[in-house]
Amino acid sequence: MERCFPFQTSVTVYKAYTRVESDANTIARALTAQTAETDAIRFLVGTQSLKFDNQITNEPKRLSSENRVLTCAAVWRMPPEWESGSHESPDDSSNNPQTLELLCHLDNTAHGSVACVLWEPLGDGKRVISLAENHVLLWDLQESSTKATISSTATLEGKGQLKFTAGKWSPHHNSTQLVTANDTAIRGWDLRSMSQIYCIENAHGQLVRDLDFNPNKQYYLASCGDDCKVKFWDVRHINEPVKCLEEHSHWVWSVRYNHSHDQLLLTGSSDSRVILSNMVSISSEPFGHLVDDDDLSDNEENQQEDKGKEPLQDSIIATYEEHEDSVYAVEWSAADPWLFASLSYDGRLVINRVPRALKYRILL
Amino acid sequence: RRNEINVTKYSTTPPDSDPTGRRQVHSMLKLYYGMNEEGKVESLDPCDINGPHFDPEVYLNKLRKECSLGELMDHESCTVKQIRSLDSDMQTLVYENYNKFISATDTIRKMKNDFKKMEDEMDCLSANMAAITEFSAHISGTLQDQHAQITKLSGVHTLLRKLQFLFELPARLNKCLELQAYAQAVSAHRRARCVLQQYSHMPSFRGIQDDCHVIMEQLAQQLRQKFRDGGSSAKDLSECVELLLQLDEPAEELCDKFLSHAQSRLEADLQGLEAELIDSLVTDTGGGLVQKTNPGSNPVSPSSSSTTNPFLSPTAGTDILEFIDRGCNEFVSNLCLVIASYQELFINHPQEGELASKKIPEMANGKLHVFVDTLAARYFSLVERRIQEEKGVGDNSLLVRALDRFHRRLQAISKLLPGSAVPSQGTEIVVRAARERIKQYLSALQTFYHDSLTDVRQALAAPRLSVGGASASGGGATSKDATPSLPELLTSLSNFILNQLKSVLASVHLFTAKDITFSNKPYFKGEFCSQGVREGLVVSFIKFICQSSRQYCESAGDRGGSTPPALLLLLSRLCLDYETSTISYILTLTDEQFLVQHHTPVTPVTALCAEAREAAQKLLNHYVKVQGLIISQMLRKSVETRDWVNTIEPRNVRAVMKRVVEDTTSIDVQVGLLYEEGVRKAHSSDSSKRTFSVYSSSRQQIRYAPSYTPSAPMDTSLLSNIHKLFSERIDIFSPVEFNKVSVLTGIIKISLKTFLECVRLRTFGRYGLQQIQVDCHYLQMYLWRFVSDENLVHFLLDEIVGSAAHRCLDPSPMEQSVIEVICERG
Repeated sequence: MERCFPFQTSVTVYKAYTRVESDANTIARALTAQTAETDAIRFLVGTQSLKFDNQITNEPKRLSSENRVLTCAAVWRMPPEWESGSHESPDDSSNNPQTLELLCHLDNTAHGSVACVLWEPLGDGKRVISLAENHVLLWDLQESSTKATISSTATLEGKGQLKFTAGKWSPHHNSTQLVTANDTAIRGWDLRSMSQIYCIENAHGQLVRDLDFNPNKQYYLASCGDDCKVKFWDVRHINEPVKCLEEHSHWVWSVRYNHSHDQLLLTGSSDSRVILSNMVSISSEPFGHLVDDDDLSDNEENQQEDKGKEPLQDSIIATYEEHEDSVYAVEWSAADPWLFASLSYDGRLVINRVPRALKYRILL
Repeated sequence: RRNEINVTKYSTTPPDSDPTGRRQVHSMLKLYYGMNEEGKVESLDPCDINGPHFDPEVYLNKLRKECSLGELMDHESCTVKQIRSLDSDMQTLVYENYNKFISATDTIRKMKNDFKKMEDEMDCLSANMAAITEFSAHISGTLQDQHAQITKLSGVHTLLRKLQFLFELPARLNKCLELQAYAQAVSAHRRARCVLQQYSHMPSFRGIQDDCHVIMEQLAQQLRQKFRDGGSSAKDLSECVELLLQLDEPAEELCDKFLSHAQSRLEADLQGLEAELIDSLVTDTGGGLVQKTNPGSNPVSPSSSSTTNPFLSPTAGTDILEFIDRGCNEFVSNLCLVIASYQELFINHPQEGELASKKIPEMANGKLHVFVDTLAARYFSLVERRIQEEKGVGDNSLLVRALDRFHRRLQAISKLLPGSAVPSQGTEIVVRAARERIKQYLSALQTFYHDSLTDVRQALAAPRLSVGGASASGGGATSKDATPSLPELLTSLSNFILNQLKSVLASVHLFTAKDITFSNKPYFKGEFCSQGVREGLVVSFIKFICQSSRQYCESAGDRGGSTPPALLLLLSRLCLDYETSTISYILTLTDEQFLVQHHTPVTPVTALCAEAREAAQKLLNHYVKVQGLIISQMLRKSVETRDWVNTIEPRNVRAVMKRVVEDTTSIDVQVGLLYEEGVRKAHSSDSSKRTFSVYSSSRQQIRYAPSYTPSAPMDTSLLSNIHKLFSERIDIFSPVEFNKVSVLTGIIKISLKTFLECVRLRTFGRYGLQQIQVDCHYLQMYLWRFVSDENLVHFLLDEIVGSAAHRCLDPSPMEQSVIEVICERG
């Protein structure tokens, strides 16, 4: 079932070209890292097809817990043997994809098609948010996730047909904040009151495609959209973006912060390129590694140390052009902070490493 | 015969002299009698009988040798004849000389007798003179006593007269006071003053002195009063001051008084000016008052101010020229007058005696400088306020003339007062005004540019609205009506700007005209031309055009294109024209007009051109983006709003595709008006619609094959992958070149890519797919001709159909022939 293109393995960069295919040409659009897994490098790929059952294909090393279908959403359990962590023979097992166990459907027929589903970033995984048309639905999973009930909803009111295009659950503030995008606007929501807390009108010239929170700086947010730009926002000052990148030559579909080194930013675009940027100036480590903003004396010492080496500038680290078609999703590995995957329309999954030179520069 | 000749010679010369001495004497005699010396030329010939070197032997030999006997005979007789005549001449000469000698001897003898008689008479005369001297001494001795007496008497007389003068002095002074003959009084008092001072210990003299003092005090009082009144003429005034100085009045005090007096008058002038400044709309009554307070102080002012004040000022305030005129005529000329008279009085006045020692000129000069500086500062502040009010940029000549006059009049002060800082301050003001002016012109140009852009915008919008309302569906027709004016708009816009710039340059050029006094100041020669006009005005304006053009790209980009695309296109072409020719033209013009000598580094033409080109590129890119976005939005809406699963079998090309083609055509026309055709790939020109259709259909059939035969799924993906491997990556929002084809290619790329991405997000039924097929074929039929490389269109459309097939629940494509029929029908 799975077709592997030749592996390219070297000491410095581990690259894998993987094609996700099922019976027919499989079109893949969704990609996520298995966040609960810390030992193995696992990516979940969601396919988009109509005639066949959509698969959640496990990567060079497997699996999924989230599916994206146009009209419905469901919660799945991963096969238990993977959860137990027996992954010593990945190639063989991937020829035998275990089916996922369907736990429950998120029954949302009343609210229209689902744009995206978000797990609670922290906590015990009992809460899920789905964005459907112009509704925000907060689900509670009960009884070992076999049943989901809507605990609260919010609706975006306005002129015309408002549709959410993307959303992100903030990992900060005790998971009480959600940010959503519809058309050119970005909105923040407070989940306790299910009310809007801020709104960046005209955040992008055209449609906003994706959002991501800086994992280390709670007010910082990255967004991307059809105007080929990636913008960084401080949600306390929403009039102007903190910074704006314009490197892609078509719509930017996906933007992701590295989970531990937030200066590393990954973007995927329908110009078939993946760009890895190094945004030092607005990261939590603007002066290099190990600088603690709270400790001034440390800060000074480090600054003195830094004088020896060239401070890192905001820059494009690399542009990856392995894809032949539009790249719709990019994702960092949950287990290895230096590894990331990108997925294009034709089903090709490319896994790359951050260049070693940069890695050492960040670490040392 | 030889002897005879010798006799003739000796008769004229002393017998003892040798031949050379003889010749000397001969020549001297010759000189004496005025004979010339031409004989000397032949004198060396020994055969010349008259020459001094005559040798008888040689002569005879010669004759004997050369002549026949007859000739000799003739010659002899001739010679004898000559000798005889010479002998007779000689005799007469001797007789004459002898007679003269005898008469001379007689005369001498007579003279001896006469001198003896004269000696006796002289002795007699000397005796007489001695007697006269003796008598004279006797007389003077007798008169001595009487003479001494007379001298004494005359001395007493003078003293008495002086005393009488002293006693009469008070009365005389009083009389003078009554008659106001101050000068006489002062001179009289001055004469008596020393004496009175000397003899003041005597009571009578003291009385006189006291009286005099009182009177003089009174007189000084009167003089001061007169001085203070100031109504008196300059001559009176100067006399007054002179007298006061002679009366030991302290000069400093006088200076102060004089200056304060002058100040009050000048202040009145300034107040008049200020009043005019403050209520420039109301008739300045202050002017009239000023005129009354100092009538006749300046012969020019009444005439000019009478023309300015009552008749002209009630209109919208006085213009700057009038204001400056008035300032010059009233204030400056009065100031000059004051300075001149002051200098006449205190500085240049010939000082006598003790006055000279008081160093009055230095002190007075210092005071004058302070005085002039303070007043001038006030005047300058007024003038500057007035200049600042001069905001209108219509007629620069007025301002320049006013400044010129202002500057020219200040030169008078500099002549009068060489060390004064006033003229340089005035120049400063002029320079500031010029700088300010340049800034105003720049902003005026900028507003003009904005206005003309607004006009263009309206011109672009107006026909579209009117015609668009009339013909509702005909998008192509409306734009056709609107677009023909594009090139005209462009030329008129660029002409407007150029003309405006030229007129501004001409206005600014007035500052450097030859007849303007300040034009030869170093600032106006150098910095004004290069930094002010070239950099501050021309370069800044060009930069402003580029800047504002770029702003159109940036601000409009986020708001979704509030700028009409045609304007973007127009501006892009404008910037490109600037890059190619206009900038260098303008700068050359400026350099020529102002003879700019670049002492400081200036912006080179190339940098400006690069900037203009960049702006043009940006505008054109933005134009492509905006137009692409408009078509994209149409396509996106059409894909997103339709239910593709439950659609009916396609019978027509969807209206939106026709609209897309129409819009593309109209864009093509629009761009074609301003930009050249550009280069296409060679094969496109002869690729007809027919071959194109066959080509695309064959490819499509290959691509759809796997749908019919599910047994070979790998082939499809392999094929598509191989195809992708060999096709170049397409940059969607890539910069375009300055030609029509490139622009259209960019727009079509953006539109089709959007179409593709939207299709991938939808689910299609069988007929949905077929509809997409029909639409794509229709687009293929019409869009290939616009782009540089038709393969691009093929590729993107193939991708669209392919993606739709992937997303199709029942992928059974339509027959190619049917598609063609539908497309040709619609």
